[in-house]
Amino acid sequence: MKQSVTMTVNGVQHTGDVEPRLLLAHFLREELGLTGTTIGCDTSQCGACTVMMDGQAVKSCTVLAVQADSSSITTIEGLAQNGNLHAVQQGFWEKHGLQCGFCTPGMIMTAVDLLNRNPHPTEAEIRHGLEGNLCRCTGYQNIVAAVQHAAEMGK
Amino acid sequence: MTTKVIGASIKRKEDPRLITGEAKYLDDLQLPGMLHAAILRSPYAHAKIKAIRTDKAAKHPGVVAVFTGQDFMEVNPLPIAWQAGGVKNNANAPRVLEVNKVTFTGAGVAVVVANDRYTAEDALGLVEVDWEPLPVVVDAKKATEAGAPQIHDNAPGNICMDWQCGDKEATDAALAKSDVVVKQHLTNQRLIPTAMEPRGCIAMYNPAAEEYTVWMTSQAPHVMRLLMTAFVFGIPETKMRVISPQVGGGFGSKIFLYPEYCLVTALSKRLNRPVKWAETRRENYVATTHGRDHVTDIEVGATKDGKITALKVNTYANLGGILSTIAPGIPTTLYGRLLSGVYKIPHIYCNVKGTYTNTGMVDAYRGAGRPEATYVVERAVDLVAGELKMDPAEVRRKNFIPPNEFPYAPADNILAGLKYDSGNYEPALDKALEMAGYANFRKEQAEARKQGRYLGLGLSSYLEICGVAPSAWIGLPSQGWGAGLWESANVRVHLTGKVVVTTGSQSHGQGLETTFAQIVADELGVPVDDVLVQHSDTQGTPFGYGTYGSRSLAVGGVAIYNSLQRVKQKAVKLAAHMLEAAEEDLVYEGGKIYVKGSPDKAKTIQEVAGAAALAYSLPRGMEPFLDDTAYYDPPNCTYPFGTHICIVEVDKDTGQTSILRYIAVDDVGNMINPMIVDGQLHGGIVQGVGQALWEGAHYDDNGQLVTGSLMDYALPRADFFPMIEMGRTVTPSPTNPLGVKGVAEAGTIGAAPAVVNAVVDALAPFGVKHLDMPLTPERVWRAMKG
Repeated sequence: MKQSVTMTVNGVQHTGDVEPRLLLAHFLREELGLTGTTIGCDTSQCGACTVMMDGQAVKSCTVLAVQADSSSITTIEGLAQNGNLHAVQQGFWEKHGLQCGFCTPGMIMTAVDLLNRNPHPTEAEIRHGLEGNLCRCTGYQNIVAAVQHAAEMGK
Repeated sequence: MTTKVIGASIKRKEDPRLITGEAKYLDDLQLPGMLHAAILRSPYAHAKIKAIRTDKAAKHPGVVAVFTGQDFMEVNPLPIAWQAGGVKNNANAPRVLEVNKVTFTGAGVAVVVANDRYTAEDALGLVEVDWEPLPVVVDAKKATEAGAPQIHDNAPGNICMDWQCGDKEATDAALAKSDVVVKQHLTNQRLIPTAMEPRGCIAMYNPAAEEYTVWMTSQAPHVMRLLMTAFVFGIPETKMRVISPQVGGGFGSKIFLYPEYCLVTALSKRLNRPVKWAETRRENYVATTHGRDHVTDIEVGATKDGKITALKVNTYANLGGILSTIAPGIPTTLYGRLLSGVYKIPHIYCNVKGTYTNTGMVDAYRGAGRPEATYVVERAVDLVAGELKMDPAEVRRKNFIPPNEFPYAPADNILAGLKYDSGNYEPALDKALEMAGYANFRKEQAEARKQGRYLGLGLSSYLEICGVAPSAWIGLPSQGWGAGLWESANVRVHLTGKVVVTTGSQSHGQGLETTFAQIVADELGVPVDDVLVQHSDTQGTPFGYGTYGSRSLAVGGVAIYNSLQRVKQKAVKLAAHMLEAAEEDLVYEGGKIYVKGSPDKAKTIQEVAGAAALAYSLPRGMEPFLDDTAYYDPPNCTYPFGTHICIVEVDKDTGQTSILRYIAVDDVGNMINPMIVDGQLHGGIVQGVGQALWEGAHYDDNGQLVTGSLMDYALPRADFFPMIEMGRTVTPSPTNPLGVKGVAEAGTIGAAPAVVNAVVDALAPFGVKHLDMPLTPERVWRAMKG
């Protein structure tokens, strides 16, 4: 039996009838066409699907769409404001923090959350903060540099 | 003013779409009326299929159709495009769905097609299969022993091929005369490539034109079209268009033709609707190719002063239950032919038995044969150093091929007629030792040991052979590759002066859209932003072999460079006409063509391109437009090298290894974009370290993949590492006009032995001489406990 959900995604209110088992990641991708949120695993290990839910980073493959009812979601598509990239997006571009780009949306959302909580993290804090997001291309080195760059810009 | 763009670390052109979520990967694509496929996979590693009943699943609401292998008997088995050269290959290829029996857990046996993916997955549980389980073998060597289950009728003893290179007699004789001979049994464990984007495919059939359009996660779309049309479906190549959309990493695993791609293509015609299959990570782990999985015995001989005299290698290479597209070529040509490494070894012999086991397919994974060879060589050098109680750096130095001996042909013709084009190994070693503070390290290590702390330093002086490959070499009967390996490029300078380049290479993370644009910008003197690099669509790009084997710059990039030279020649000819000057008096520099000595008498490349496109006034016989297509077949491979140093500390209570420092000095020849080069090396190194310390695909005795998800397979994470310290030397390759080599696999090739040598060094006080990867805390702890 389908249930009605309403949520604000990237500032726009959406309502939909969904199966209770539908994952938030699938709701965003299939129902709203926001495919920037990618899915890289089925065990909540990779973090590619990370989005902001009411200001906190969540793995959207681990949240049911019905659990996100009445919440405010920000996906990678909603991060840049008025055509200006977010500092973390800038950092990833400047510091070559991505290669294939598949983990990048989740990695960026996690980094945004990390810097919200800790605007001036040490390298160790950045590495620990990114531990729930997997990247197979970069060896994480330039991702760390990208987050450091974003933190510098935020000073 | 000239704009020197080659060698500049400019930001990537592809990034804006990737950092904003606007890039479209395979699973992001939706077509009107599209159906979704889910595949029923074998829960057994070795079993006969007695019967499959699909009626319940077919009646499930939302299900459109259910098929088994019996429904696709007109579709041919997949081709094996690279069989081991010069020997009999008992080849066995997959079908779109297996029909009579399965030979590994995860083989597809039925497919449900439904209106959405959730429904398709639901209905999989309603398909009933009567299985007759058979005995299982998972180990490459045990599969050849008496009494092992026989997997394929045509492969007695489960041997797919028995291949060799080098000179057995001379190697045995040299070993017999050596002052010392060290023997070692070692394994190079199975790995799972784990590109962050799993695989997928969408196919659409147009019945009026009898044409297919197929989107797939492929590193080689032209090759996929060739294999699917010519071999699997038996239709003209012109009846299919293959497109790779944005591809999220490959590391080799997306080179190959997979059963699912052919299945989805067949389904699109059968159902006359577009069909999508998007792989889950669990499927990716069982049904996408794995890498490595060698069991090896080595014998290395040396004089008492540390000169290596001979190397003998016997390897069992696990090829899985059925062959992937180029599986037999990896542990043969790409492995045995590298066993001289960076050393002047007088005699070498290598025997490889490729075997079938009840495990998933094994094929190229980052490095593909070359990391396995480098691991053998670099462990062998350390074993010799240990036996002779010599400094491993000195043993390396003593055995390096001297710079004045290039081009160098490794002993006993193991490289099948090719020669290393260039190399200068000692400066890279010296630089790495200096960065590491080697002279002081041994003192620190001795001090630490007194305090009960176990530090270790490991060296790896690796060689890579990449930029594959001269077609006339790779196509030799002794190599067995079933095609050419040149690459293509087309360069067009449009009326507006904007440049469109199409390439047969396929960028899936390498940044080729930027690197290739830099070559164009530098040669033509146009802004990088004026260059568009197009790839990955068989409609609109010239045939090309795709991206793997670190070949895209050294082969594909050189094709672009060659095309640009001809574009420039034509531009100069036309400028001479426009300026009423003699061609030989003109200079092309910084985007302008001017008369030598009178720089004001000039035409910009944009003006010339405009004139060529308008064609109002062209020299007699000149065709309109600046447009050129090049096919570049390299005369040789390229030979990057370097020295990596890893410094570790092993916790004596837990066996945990911590990486204290990682130093990488790499020589990849000339660089187009050093930022991208370093990024490739970082990622490669971390994959190599991953193999050394954590990663390993493990099958239990029943052939179940117990590391079947990202919860169980230990992929490196951000907090496992310090910052890698990068250094480099630059020895340009004389093989191509750009002087470039290749970089994508070098890090992976160099890293694993550096880490293992470091841990073995740390454990020297415990009498440890060798440990097999991955060096998990348990394995290290047990070694310390004796």
